[in-house]
Amino acid sequence: MEPQSPPLVRLTIDDQPVAVPADTTIWEAARGMGIHIPVLCHHPKLRPVAVCRVCAVDVEKSRVMPAACIRQVEEGIVVRTDTDRVRRARKTLVELLLAEHPTPCAKHARSHDCELELLGEQLDITSPRFSIRPSSFVLRPFPPDPSSAVIAVDLNACILCDRCIRACDEVQVNEVIGRAEKGHRAHIVFDDGKPMGESTCVSCGECQAYCPTGALIDKPLMQVKAPSTVQTVDSVCPYCGVGCGVTYHVHDNTIVQVTGRTDGHTEGRLCVKGRYGFDYSHHPQRLTVPLIRKDEAYPKQPLSADFTDYKEFRDSLRSPEWNERIRETFREATWDEALDLSARRLMDIKTRFGSGALAGFGSAKVTNEEAYLFQKLIRTVFGTNNVDHCTRLCHASSVAALMETIGSGAVSNIFQEALDADVLLVIGSNANENHPVAATYFKQAAKRGVTLIVMDPRRPPLANQATHYVRFKPGTDVALLNGLMHVILRDGLHDDAFVRERTENFEALREMVQQYPPDVVEKITGVPREMIERIAFAYGRAERAMIFWGMGISQHTTGTDNARCLISLCLLTGNIGRRGTGLHPLRGQNNVQGASDVGLIPFALPGYQRVDDLAVRTKFERAWGVPLDPRPGLTVVEIMHAALHGDIKGMLMMGENPFLSDPNMNKVRKALQALDFLVVQDIFLTETAEFADVILPASTAAEKEGTYVNTNRMVQLGRKAVDPPGQARIDGDILIDLANRMMEIEAGVRGQGSGVRKWEYRTSRDVWDEIVPLTPLFDGITYDEMARRTVIWPHDEQIIFTQTFPRGRGKFVPAEFAPANELPDAEYPFVLNTGRVLQHWHTGTMTRRTKALDEIAPEPFVEVAPDDLTRLGVRDGDWVTVASRRGVITLRTKASTKVSPGSVFIPFHFKEAAVNLLTNDALDPYGKIPEFKFCAVRVEKAR
Amino acid sequence: MDASRCILTREMETIPNLTDIDIYIQHGGYQTVEKALKMMKPEEVVKAVTDSGLKGRGGAGFPTGRKWSLLANRFPRYLCCNADESEPASFKDRKLLEGNPHRVIEGMILTSYANGINLGYIYIRGEFFQIIEQMDRAFAQAYERGYLGKNILGTGFDLDLYTHPGAGAYICGEETGLIESLEGNRPYPRLKPPYFPAAIGLWQAPTIVNNVETMADVALVVEHGADWFKGFGTEDSTGSRLFGLCGHVKKPGLYELESTITLRSLIYDVGGGVRGDKKLKAVIPGGISAPVLTPDELDVTMEFGEMAKAGTMGGTGGVVVMDETVCMVDALLNISMFARHESCGQCTPCREGMPWINDMLRRIEQGHGRQEDIDLLLDVCFNIEGRTVCVFGQAPGVWPTRSFIVKYLPEFQAHIEQHKCVVLPVEESYLRKENVEMLGVGVFRAKNS
Ligand SMILES: Cc1cc2nc3c(=O)[nH]c(=O)nc-3n(C[C@H](O)[C@H](O)[C@H](O)COP(=O)(O)O)c2cc1C
Ligand code: SF4
Ligand code: SF4
Ligand code: FES
Repeated sequence: MEPQSPPLVRLTIDDQPVAVPADTTIWEAARGMGIHIPVLCHHPKLRPVAVCRVCAVDVEKSRVMPAACIRQVEEGIVVRTDTDRVRRARKTLVELLLAEHPTPCAKHARSHDCELELLGEQLDITSPRFSIRPSSFVLRPFPPDPSSAVIAVDLNACILCDRCIRACDEVQVNEVIGRAEKGHRAHIVFDDGKPMGESTCVSCGECQAYCPTGALIDKPLMQVKAPSTVQTVDSVCPYCGVGCGVTYHVHDNTIVQVTGRTDGHTEGRLCVKGRYGFDYSHHPQRLTVPLIRKDEAYPKQPLSADFTDYKEFRDSLRSPEWNERIRETFREATWDEALDLSARRLMDIKTRFGSGALAGFGSAKVTNEEAYLFQKLIRTVFGTNNVDHCTRLCHASSVAALMETIGSGAVSNIFQEALDADVLLVIGSNANENHPVAATYFKQAAKRGVTLIVMDPRRPPLANQATHYVRFKPGTDVALLNGLMHVILRDGLHDDAFVRERTENFEALREMVQQYPPDVVEKITGVPREMIERIAFAYGRAERAMIFWGMGISQHTTGTDNARCLISLCLLTGNIGRRGTGLHPLRGQNNVQGASDVGLIPFALPGYQRVDDLAVRTKFERAWGVPLDPRPGLTVVEIMHAALHGDIKGMLMMGENPFLSDPNMNKVRKALQALDFLVVQDIFLTETAEFADVILPASTAAEKEGTYVNTNRMVQLGRKAVDPPGQARIDGDILIDLANRMMEIEAGVRGQGSGVRKWEYRTSRDVWDEIVPLTPLFDGITYDEMARRTVIWPHDEQIIFTQTFPRGRGKFVPAEFAPANELPDAEYPFVLNTGRVLQHWHTGTMTRRTKALDEIAPEPFVEVAPDDLTRLGVRDGDWVTVASRRGVITLRTKASTKVSPGSVFIPFHFKEAAVNLLTNDALDPYGKIPEFKFCAVRVEKAR
Repeated sequence: MDASRCILTREMETIPNLTDIDIYIQHGGYQTVEKALKMMKPEEVVKAVTDSGLKGRGGAGFPTGRKWSLLANRFPRYLCCNADESEPASFKDRKLLEGNPHRVIEGMILTSYANGINLGYIYIRGEFFQIIEQMDRAFAQAYERGYLGKNILGTGFDLDLYTHPGAGAYICGEETGLIESLEGNRPYPRLKPPYFPAAIGLWQAPTIVNNVETMADVALVVEHGADWFKGFGTEDSTGSRLFGLCGHVKKPGLYELESTITLRSLIYDVGGGVRGDKKLKAVIPGGISAPVLTPDELDVTMEFGEMAKAGTMGGTGGVVVMDETVCMVDALLNISMFARHESCGQCTPCREGMPWINDMLRRIEQGHGRQEDIDLLLDVCFNIEGRTVCVFGQAPGVWPTRSFIVKYLPEFQAHIEQHKCVVLPVEESYLRKENVEMLGVGVFRAKNS
């Protein structure tokens, strides 16, 4: 049904008649006619508050001069925007504001765009009439507040337009900024008057983006000279699966600033990483020349594993000496030499031990085109399906469950639909930190009255906005979810018709959940039965309910079971196929969806077409001109095991750092050492690259063109902003050269001479044009279209599974509660949970080499409940050792009520206290995902 | 005037311990509530109040019955009795609450009953903590006797009333600022339209905001009937009003009078004349927000309409008398200090304008004034009036400022010309009416604004 458009209202503005919808403001109506009424406090993307009053206009017969930005049009009114009265008032107002505004303020000095000063210039205010202030109540100047790592605060330039407050409260919903004091003493404050850097500010920079003056501006992260020559390039953020639109501001081949793209699907919102985490691209430690391991540097040893001194480690992230240390182990080489050597050695392994002795780890950070070329290289040149990437470590279990029950691993609805739902269930997701911009939509929804249910053993910040927060014992998700379904079925809150028409295997589910009445579930999960019922009622009675989940669900040995339960819950209540409903596993990496879509997984070719399907294989063999291995390959952790046992001998690693990201690090180290030949292609010398034989310098997202698929299935075009440094090359180009050289060698070996296959792609667009015909889900998506707007696969369907599921009926797969693989005991009494912090990305390769993010979050820590700290006899900030059966690390404590007593949490970004030394590499049997979220540890006071 | 008809003050003054509900009931208290709840329909109560011609006593003089009739047809609805009384020179609400709290409670019950309200607050200026305590006791007694709570007097009507301490700023008395404050926010006034309390008020619900004295008057109207009430005063200003006489008079105090009395009579007959029999120089007739009147303008009556005709307003009924010793620049400086201090700071014209007005006045008072400062002051006034979020910018901002400067221009000029504080003899200190009009500035509302 088309929404009814509001009736038209006729009025006159500056003697011109106009008709506009009834809910239009005078300002909007004028703007539509090309009449520009100046504004300061107003911003089209923010709720009008009308506090500055520069937009006051004359309305005939009205005693007052209404604020055009907020006053709605009325039938027959006669508006004048440029009378003497209007001009006089406007001028006095701007003069008053300028009286105490530092001129030029920092913004105007930097980029000549302080909106107040521009208005002053426009009104020709040269000698303000308000200058001498005989007051004994002088308040200004306020001292500058440099405490934030990213934003410079100068309250003297502030005009109290409240834009920052609205941006923080209503757009990002962080609710940090407010006003303090009254009258002329009024000023903005962070929290209850803290310096910005010490407040609860999360440095998303939204306030700064909306501030019209130099009161809040980005601190310069890169040094630049003349700002007038800055160019802008629209692209996509390189960090998480939300895939926010960014604009790079480039000066002299250097990114100087990042702003949010208001035409993007996230409406210009960014988080601290996206906005302020860009300078890694220009870091002095970027790899700029190909490197080959020196003969005397065998056997392989890690270069950096011996860091125990935190400061030394952090220094090593910046110091040029680190480059020197690299030279002790590696020598510079030409591209020809490095590629030839790699091609030869890899081919050699293939010839001697067969294709199965080779494997490749691709990356969810590269473009679709590059990921596609990578898997094509592994499949057609290496000749194996041993190709995988970090998807295995995040949502493999979710995808396994979705494939099994629905037939597709993709999200059913986009996360923005949170605003359309009645109930949101967010479980095992710390969205505020890991999908910060998606979280802003959840928070907005909650603020607008949507029931937000947050379930997580570790209390995430989102719980602050939640209607209900449920803390349950780690690893008891299945029991909890079965309990919810029990109540829903018991009280008949399920959707009978949906179950009948669109699902199967319902009886099995009913039988299973029968065994999970609330009192039983209370015992297993620690959640009071009343709470279980309350949640079941809220979700069960909702007209439209959406489920979001993250790694808290998937990274368990029961990860697939956890996801099965969520899917069952959704199917049981018919919450799918409509707006504001559905299942949304929040994808981690910026291109984890795309990398999987284009076949960077061991069991499927591009478009999730299975390698063991003959018809599929035939199609691809024809397209690629080579026979394909019909056996699904090994997964990430399996490849590492195989390397350790000598079954895998040669590997190509593109932009992955399994050394830090995979569980049980000591095992990974041994596996990497055991490899005969390892080629690493990356932007920095990662911990993994330290074990390489050849290192190929690659490029960052800002240095290339290509496409990415975000968690919403949106395919977005990333554009090149700067050139790669030195001799570094684009990953795709490196892959093409390596493939061609290997194919040449292979042809030579077989004595074919002239009939050598050759990859000839000139641009990423060429690759895309090859992908689309082979990958039905990308049907119809072109570069030209992507350049224009946000495209969603398949066929721009924002909501999928509306009529049917890819596998026909949705299948209930009941799951039985099973405890985690390694339970705490007397020796290792704590449960260790791992995850991320807002400021860092994965193994920190990028983020720890940015100025701002490193400054905000410089060090590892272990979160411990205050009671546990007391019991252990340690204080907040003391050094402790955390040990598991697999290793031990030393780090500081952080007292926190986020974790429940008996649990601790450590982020995995920090090499100096690499938590994956401790984690358990036990796998989920279906998704093959390791149990990152649960293992038993011991915490002791250090030394 | 027939003193026996001045009920509010007479009750307070003649009956000891009237704050005690038993004493109050002994003297006929709460019978009106009983009568109304049992024998009148809500519409009848509304009609009585409308017919009585009662105008709000909070300052703006808006007809109370009209205000009620504007309530949006939605429920729940709320009542806020405005007891934030912070206007300098005003103390009538405070006196009334101190002396006669149950009258006000009766008015609140009747107002609630009339308008389908089941929850109300009395928002009491925070500094009046003793009043808050006393009001809490009074409410408790009313609950005990069954005049508040569930099923009042068996009629099925429920009403809960609470006190709420004011948040310590003048702006909390502005009706939408009060509502924000009640909701737990900073008392920033809301924009009207659309946030007229009757349409979108407390918790977004239709809300009545009425002054303390208005509530007491409602009780009188329902007790004695609209015609009785109309028997006082004139058609424009019915009933009697509380006037707080202060400043340089012999007998300052709270007086309950009909509005037919002239300002001159109020000062000289009721107040006993100017202290020390000095010459009168100026009077502010309705709380400091009201434009000032000169010795030539004392024959105006205290009726709302007459006051408006005289270019000022009845306001809160706080009458400030100034004798010949007063420096008018200094007096205005004092008022502007209040305005500067109490501007909430939400909107720019008022937030930035008030301090400049205050600063420029200080400059003039200290003898550093410049000729152009007069124009600049009037220009800042022009920039505030009609362009702010709430009325504060005008009252107590623009109105006193403009009226002082324009009417007492000679004294301001003298300050500027002689570079020092000069108190002119009364006759020389102000402009005659004709001359003010010739200036063409307009006093109450700027002519060209
Ligand atoms: C700045 C400002 C302060 C005010 N303070 C008070 C006050 O303290 N008490 C009061 O009753 N009304 C005050 N008012 C008037 C109220 O906004 C409102 O008009 C009044 O409470 C309505 O009551 P009434 O209709 O009974 O007069 C104030 C208005 C303004 C603009
Ligand atoms: S800091 Fe900027 S955005 Fe915030 S109120 Fe001041 S001028 Fe407006
Ligand atoms: S006019 Fe003054 S008091 Fe009223 S909202 Fe604006 S700043 Fe606040
Ligand atoms: S832009 Fe309209 S009041 Fe500020």
